[in-house]
Amino acid sequence: MNVTRRQFLQITAAGLGSSSLALLGFSPQPALAEIRNFKLARTTETRNTCPYCSVSCGVLLYSLGDKSKNVKTEIIHIEGDPDNPVNRGTLCPKGAGLLDMIHSADRLKYPEVREPGASDWKRIGWDEAFERIAKHLKSDRDANFIKTNDAGVTVNRWNTTGFLASSAASNEAGYLLHKVARGLGVVALDTQARV
Amino acid sequence: MTNHWVDIKNADLILIMGGNAAEAHPCGFKWVMEAKATRKAKLVVVDPRFTRSAAVSDFYAPIRPGADIAFLGGVIRYLLSNDKIHHDYVKAYTNASFLINEGFGFADGLFTGYNADKRSYDQASWQYQLDAQGFAQIDDTLQNPQCVLQILKRHYDRYTPEVVSQVTGTPQADFLKVCEFIADTSAPDRTMTICYALGWTHHTVGTQNIRTMAIIQLLLGNMGMAGGGVNALRGHSNVQGITDQGFYTEMLPGYLGSPSDSDKTREEYLAKRTPKPVRPNQMNYGQNFPKWHTSLMKAWFGNAATADNGFCYDWLPKKEAAYDVLALFEQMDRGRMNGFICQGFNPQASVPHKAKVDGALAKLKFLVVIDPLATETAEFWKHHKDFNEVKTDAIQTEVFRLPATCFAEQDGTFTNSSRVIQWHWKGADGPGEALSDLDIIAGVFTRLRALYAKDGGAFPEPVLGLSWPYRIANQPNPEELTMEMSGKALADVTDLKDSTKVLAKAGEQLSGFAQLRDDGTTASGNWIYCGMWSQAGNLTARRDPSDPTGLGQSHNWGFSWPANRRILYNRASCDAAGKPWDASRAVIKWDGAKWAGNDIPDMRPDAKPEEGVMPFIMNQEGVARLFGVERMLDGPLPEHYEPYETPLGLNPMHPDNPLAVSNPAARIYPGVLESLGKADEFPYVATTYRLVEHFHFWTKHAVLNAITQPEQFVEIGEELAREKGIRNGGRVRVRSKRGQILAVAVVTKRIRSFGVNGRKVHMVGIPFHWGFRGATHPGHIANSLTPFIGDANIQTPEFKAFLVTIEPA
Repeated sequence: MNVTRRQFLQITAAGLGSSSLALLGFSPQPALAEIRNFKLARTTETRNTCPYCSVSCGVLLYSLGDKSKNVKTEIIHIEGDPDNPVNRGTLCPKGAGLLDMIHSADRLKYPEVREPGASDWKRIGWDEAFERIAKHLKSDRDANFIKTNDAGVTVNRWNTTGFLASSAASNEAGYLLHKVARGLGVVALDTQARV
Repeated sequence: MTNHWVDIKNADLILIMGGNAAEAHPCGFKWVMEAKATRKAKLVVVDPRFTRSAAVSDFYAPIRPGADIAFLGGVIRYLLSNDKIHHDYVKAYTNASFLINEGFGFADGLFTGYNADKRSYDQASWQYQLDAQGFAQIDDTLQNPQCVLQILKRHYDRYTPEVVSQVTGTPQADFLKVCEFIADTSAPDRTMTICYALGWTHHTVGTQNIRTMAIIQLLLGNMGMAGGGVNALRGHSNVQGITDQGFYTEMLPGYLGSPSDSDKTREEYLAKRTPKPVRPNQMNYGQNFPKWHTSLMKAWFGNAATADNGFCYDWLPKKEAAYDVLALFEQMDRGRMNGFICQGFNPQASVPHKAKVDGALAKLKFLVVIDPLATETAEFWKHHKDFNEVKTDAIQTEVFRLPATCFAEQDGTFTNSSRVIQWHWKGADGPGEALSDLDIIAGVFTRLRALYAKDGGAFPEPVLGLSWPYRIANQPNPEELTMEMSGKALADVTDLKDSTKVLAKAGEQLSGFAQLRDDGTTASGNWIYCGMWSQAGNLTARRDPSDPTGLGQSHNWGFSWPANRRILYNRASCDAAGKPWDASRAVIKWDGAKWAGNDIPDMRPDAKPEEGVMPFIMNQEGVARLFGVERMLDGPLPEHYEPYETPLGLNPMHPDNPLAVSNPAARIYPGVLESLGKADEFPYVATTYRLVEHFHFWTKHAVLNAITQPEQFVEIGEELAREKGIRNGGRVRVRSKRGQILAVAVVTKRIRSFGVNGRKVHMVGIPFHWGFRGATHPGHIANSLTPFIGDANIQTPEFKAFLVTIEPA
């Protein structure tokens, strides 16, 4: 019997606990793969996109936990999505390390502030972070907003606070940031995409 | 990309130049290997280094960094002088026959209209000769000395193989061999695809590098063809998407230009950006600009935007100056910026001239960094031995570091290099208290809005009036935003030819940008994305990879802009009568009643071939521009200029004109010239690049990638190593006029010297993935070395060609 790894995964997932592999007619070779498949068989599969280069390879995220309420899911394995017409299941050396990026020791976990002149970070809550940032923005905007230029033309701009946007965040995030920035009158804005 | 990743398999020749797809885009590069295996396609690589792309090529030619236009200008001359162009295509689909003003000229390295004080051109003489009706005049015989083809011939006549070799360092025989490969695709049924990346954009002549290749592809008739096109292999997985969202000071979403002080009223703003046709019967699709812009205003300002108030035109800020990333840091360095928000961007590492960036950041009052990872930028104030030497207590900037979730922890869309918008699903929550970018942006904005509602302040109207229809105000749902970008009918939208026919009822999602209106009855946050979420649902989430076309189009996988079209300009894949140039790779054809076939036609579907509607519908003339009559600030035709740090000290094309050494229209801030090195002190050409194991400054935080490439290194050739007494594996110091890095030396045959203008030029290769944070050994930021100067048109910095010196450390 010749089955692909994915088909095999589905068959074993369905048959687990009720039938032995021999009854399903498997030869010993795919049976050897069972140890690895067992690990993924009880995971949840989620379709996603590699965030690195612009090939934007399809990836499958395998997580423990079924995403129900009060269950903390954890991604334990990532591989290329064989359905994706571009990468067809493959990943490159960059993408092969995706799991380690998600679980990097350098992931930020809490909002922090470095006070002027201080030599280290201080953890703060989201409320405090939002409040302090909003006050900074308002005070700079109110102080430096330009309604008309020297020729009397309405210009309604704020050019003393700058915004830089990511090329790795979603379209939705980029769009919302742009909408907010222009709504505030920001002209000093640019993206990673330029460099 | 005008074409797409899978389409590379349809090519007969793949040219990789200004990029290194095998290492920077490995899974896309597989389609090059597919073309080689199944079509017997050839791969030609032109690069300063013998890269892994070169290692599997059929032919490799070396080139000095920063000499691409000299090389490609030579290719243009070769094609024209050996009559290797696709005649019917060039005559019908390009502006080859158009007449240019008598006043146009080029002498001693400068086009007409140059103003040395302003370092800019008056483009008045670079225009078409117009007739009484305002249409461009053409000469079908192509013999008029002022027609574009003749001007092109004269301009590139100077780029002989001898001159090319003298400037580029490419041996003449190698150059001619590449020309032969390329010329072979001038046959109507042969195509070349060109895959380039930052190796072309990271120059002060970056835009013109790409223009040169566009000219070549037009001469060969390769635009619009399956297996053809000019294909930018872009950086991040959503770099195409953020570009489309127009997050640039000079843009609004969907490439709509943003207003500046000269656009006093909405009427003036629209008039300036709504082009008039310059040839009869053409689509001139840009004439729809008012529909796109009005729909954007309705998406952003909702009910507040009415015809009476010009759809809130005055709520949009007008810019008075440049605010690209170099300009931003220049302003910051001069103390003119108080606050800065960096979302998923690490400028301390990725902007040139780190010392200048350091000084600029220290002048801010507050800095907000939103990122999943601990970036260098967020800790620019922290002392990290000699990797980041700062006086922490003297830096008064208040810095906020906000944890964002990453791709695996959120829903939403990314747009790949093929323009395909693809939905992705959340696999898990982020660590600790991390929030999505959306929640962070909304969290800050809703607080700010509440402060304005309570206390008032400067011009509160757009802050309070910004359309915010999200069910949970501080947690917008990605789906709500995808739908908003795509667009909906605010009132019944009827057929423009038959007002009794309703195309979309009020409240419905629109099916495409043809349904957008300029009267306020439609809203769309990004017109080119219109239709990605139609009444049929979220088309970006489609996952049917089937490909009945056989060309790899997969039209039911995601949604590609515009209009789910997979190959741009595909009308040009057919002859004037609508018959495909190559029936075996037909993209579309005229079936007697309409355009149809293996793609969404890039043409009005009922435009009969005899009507003469030309394929380049976004251009006013309907044809493609060999001669760039507008948009290019530094010349209508590409010309070789040296990098701003040149190893030669002169431009061999114009040795006697000091104004024409480097791009005469590049912007130079005060102090920048003084920060540039000269060849006597810094004799080696340096170029920065990426490794297959790493992605930017990101994967150094991932243990697996850090293990595979743990330590910073630079690459040099054997000859230079002998000259300088540098041993393979030894430590070296690399200095430019602006800074230095220390690294391990890799001495390799992959790097060689170039014979340029009668002398030998050595190169130092600098992979740039290290920094003072991450799981790798700490390293120096490579951009400590790079110059603070950008492309004349779009200010992308010149990371790929600058001068250094190197010595054992």
